[in-house]
Amino acid sequence: MSELKLMKGNEALAEAVIRAGADAYFGYPITPQSEVIEYLMAEKPHERTGMVVLQAESEIAAINMVYGAAGSGKKVMTSSSSPGISLKQEGISYIAGAELPCLYANVVRGGPGLGTIQPSQADYFQSTKGGGHGDYRQIVLAPASVQEMADFVKDGFELAFKYRIPVLILSDGVIGQMMEKVELFDPIPRLTDEEIKEKYPWATTGKKSGTERRIITSLDLDSHKMEQHNLKLQAKYNEITEKEVRYELLDCDDAEYLFVAYGSSARIAQKAVKLARAKGIKAGLFRLITLFPFPTVKMREMCGKGIKGFLAVEMSSGQMVEDVQLAVNGCSKVAHFGRFGGVVHTPEEVLEALEQKIIGG
Amino acid sequence: MTEELIIAGFGGQGVLSMGKILAYSGIMQNQEVSWMPSYGPEMRGGTANVTIIVSDERISSPILTIFDSAIILNQQSMDKFETSVRPGGTLLYDPNGITRHPKRTDINIYQIEAARLASEMGNTKIFNMVVLGAYLQIKPVVKMENVILGLKKSLPERYHKLIPLNEDAINAGLKNVIAVQELH
Repeated sequence: MSELKLMKGNEALAEAVIRAGADAYFGYPITPQSEVIEYLMAEKPHERTGMVVLQAESEIAAINMVYGAAGSGKKVMTSSSSPGISLKQEGISYIAGAELPCLYANVVRGGPGLGTIQPSQADYFQSTKGGGHGDYRQIVLAPASVQEMADFVKDGFELAFKYRIPVLILSDGVIGQMMEKVELFDPIPRLTDEEIKEKYPWATTGKKSGTERRIITSLDLDSHKMEQHNLKLQAKYNEITEKEVRYELLDCDDAEYLFVAYGSSARIAQKAVKLARAKGIKAGLFRLITLFPFPTVKMREMCGKGIKGFLAVEMSSGQMVEDVQLAVNGCSKVAHFGRFGGVVHTPEEVLEALEQKIIGG
Repeated sequence: MTEELIIAGFGGQGVLSMGKILAYSGIMQNQEVSWMPSYGPEMRGGTANVTIIVSDERISSPILTIFDSAIILNQQSMDKFETSVRPGGTLLYDPNGITRHPKRTDINIYQIEAARLASEMGNTKIFNMVVLGAYLQIKPVVKMENVILGLKKSLPERYHKLIPLNEDAINAGLKNVIAVQELH
């Protein structure tokens, strides 16, 4: 067992990038995720593992550096907060189209526009429904603790390479800024150039005479070919939806009412479950870990087990709630509660919303 | 055991680092901990606060509005957080600079003259450790040996020579905390 440390979510994420055997991190500072690049710069991973850390001239430059490095089979990451993630969307769409693996993190702050530096979960639509243009999806992991900020880096890279897809760690100012106990995983060695050549037959590692050219592009002017490419992408997304759903059920066995939440809202809702149970209300928590793929099947199954109502708790005006409604599909009551624009709801407010919108509503 | 605590005062008083030492002390005795700062465009002289939870169980919300205990180190924080202590809970404050003292009758209230003691000890930077000592006298949520381990963990090695001074400060706090109002 490795040593227990007290770390900020952003620091744990940064340390995990080095330990995951990443080849490069390209970033640009923005509150509330600047500790990621600060930690990486101070830690000098080049001396530890040979990993490159570079502060790019902008978020757009950083994501395109990720695109280029990923194309050569390198394990590569970027991170930012909401306005910076918006800037990266073109690059992410290209990476999705070119079927390259990469990991990136969004430590969400309140928007729209420059918004505020306080925590928010209003980037759910952007994260799960596209963000960039075109018919693409990405795997979205939502950590609810500092431990998961570290662990999901390792998992995220594995998923990214398994499916050759962008993977997003969707966090927020609460998880990024708070400190908790974390047990870091053992370092994974970086792949050598030879190993990359052997493992990734798609990577552009230098054409030798007698070998086929490897082309990485998202462009095909023949629309029939582009349709075939899209069908291939959709088949991949369907496979991910079948195999990679993750969630956690807390106090759900005898529950009559469920909070549905992810990230910091899941932590707050967990407290609301305790407050509810102390009042004799049988509440439970359905915590989403993957936002795409969404646990539609499990949620529908819970509905069939006699859940009287679902309260979607998110720091937005109501985004994830749409996916809950689609999953529940009218078989039970669904409502939304959340503060937004940088305001974090309290456990007491969450419980009150359950009482008013679901139990009494 | 779960202790939900807010420490609130001016930036530069060592509010955040006091919380960090307490959290590390909790880890040293195998407890779950969380440390959630108010973050933002704060600066030296502005207000700063941190929510600390130390528990035997998995911690739910790191953000709270009602606390078992509050450590209050300036007037703005007194105005804001006196009402956030749960009935039967504990409020510890340094009377230095306080003009409107707490009025609640349903909580335990203690004073520590940490600013004066630290200044008498010749180093105002140990102010926060005097406060921590006072808090641990009232609420021994972590053992003293683990606080020393916590100090070692959270201070960079070049400052380890200051640990004995910090210990003295903690002891000064332990000895000098005054009960203003205790519920029975």
